[in-house]
Amino acid sequence: MIAIIKYNAGNISSVQNAFNRLGVESIITDNHEEILSADRIIFPGVGEASFAMRHLKANGLDALIQNCTKPFLGICLGLQLMCENSEEGDVECLKIFNTKVKKFPKNEKVPHMGWNDFKNVDGLLFNGIEATSNMYYVHSYFAEVCENTVATCDYILPFSAAMQKDNFFATQFHPEKSAEEGERLLKNFLEL
Amino acid sequence: MLKKRIIPCLDIQNGRTVKGVNFVEIKDAGDPIELAKRYVIEGADELVFLDITATIENRKTLIYLVKNIAAEINIPFTVGGGINSIEDVKSIINAGADKVSVNSSAIKKPELITQIATEFGSQCVVVAIDTKFTDGEWVVYSHGGRTKTDLKTINWSKTVEDSGAGEILLTSMNNDGTKSGFAIDITNDVSKKVNIPVIASGGAGSQEHFKEVFQKTETTAALAASVFHYGEIPIPKLKQYLKENNIPVR
Repeated sequence: MIAIIKYNAGNISSVQNAFNRLGVESIITDNHEEILSADRIIFPGVGEASFAMRHLKANGLDALIQNCTKPFLGICLGLQLMCENSEEGDVECLKIFNTKVKKFPKNEKVPHMGWNDFKNVDGLLFNGIEATSNMYYVHSYFAEVCENTVATCDYILPFSAAMQKDNFFATQFHPEKSAEEGERLLKNFLEL
Repeated sequence: MLKKRIIPCLDIQNGRTVKGVNFVEIKDAGDPIELAKRYVIEGADELVFLDITATIENRKTLIYLVKNIAAEINIPFTVGGGINSIEDVKSIINAGADKVSVNSSAIKKPELITQIATEFGSQCVVVAIDTKFTDGEWVVYSHGGRTKTDLKTINWSKTVEDSGAGEILLTSMNNDGTKSGFAIDITNDVSKKVNIPVIASGGAGSQEHFKEVFQKTETTAALAASVFHYGEIPIPKLKQYLKENNIPVR
């Protein structure tokens, strides 16, 4: 069973739909017991960082996430919230990854919206996925490249497309919306 | 490198696609999900579903359809047509759409754009702008192109960006249906004026038209309907052609 952490308004059913297509059962929940008893945990997110952090703290989900020992995958805002802090709403985050989240300079269109490839990819999530693969991104803030970065993408500047530290994984792109390549990555996560 | 997006648009009426399609493999051409799946396989980068009847009676049918699309389709999709309130947006997003497209309702009350952006994020809000070159200038039309407004297209584009839109879908009514190419001048002006992505729409008739709009404007996506539905321009062939012309596509 996969637990998809519910912590905000917005569309998180798309992650569940992706797992349904892969034939894997999942629940969307903010119940601590249900999250802790799952085999794998997904931390999705579309929304504003400081608002999301307040919501996590109010429900005690911040500590639960930090102490999680199961394979854990953050997606998009989920990745950003796993960093030290974010310029979006100037907020302290979960401090799992040793990096900061900043706003894109407006040299190009922002948000970074659409399909982009990688500068490089590494690690278990990317088994069978090449740097030339395209994933779907939509974001106005980015995580700076750090020692936890396992894939980088280039838009205006190089940023963390994916990160990993111990059992914690995260992607800035949306694997659930990235066609076959995205499904491949989700399968890799399920096989960890 | 960020890729230029190719976006087929499906017109929906009572939960079915209207306008014919000539994909022989699709048994029921009216089924939007079958058509959408075909487009995904062919390499479409996103899909837009436009509810062209958009009556209250049809809302339930639309929501049911959106749920089914979300279950089946693994690329982003936008739903538009008759969205008048934040409640309409909620029901469509909660059913699984990634973005909503607003048009007349945003002209009537621009604060709706801000409301959607605040609640669901800017990335959820596509503002569709129907524009026509009238009396020497590009102006905005509402209500499916039936009503001329006082808004100048370039100014309205800036307003929607400032209000929190994540993207602009710009349709030139002069070009729509002509198959004579996209409106390069206004598409270029708008895409230069705003810092959010602009989707060019209206006028696609050949592969060259897609090349032209990507080479001559800062648009990041191009949308078309009939040339894809009727198989005049197969998406894989179009993408190959764009690649050969050094336009980055997936």
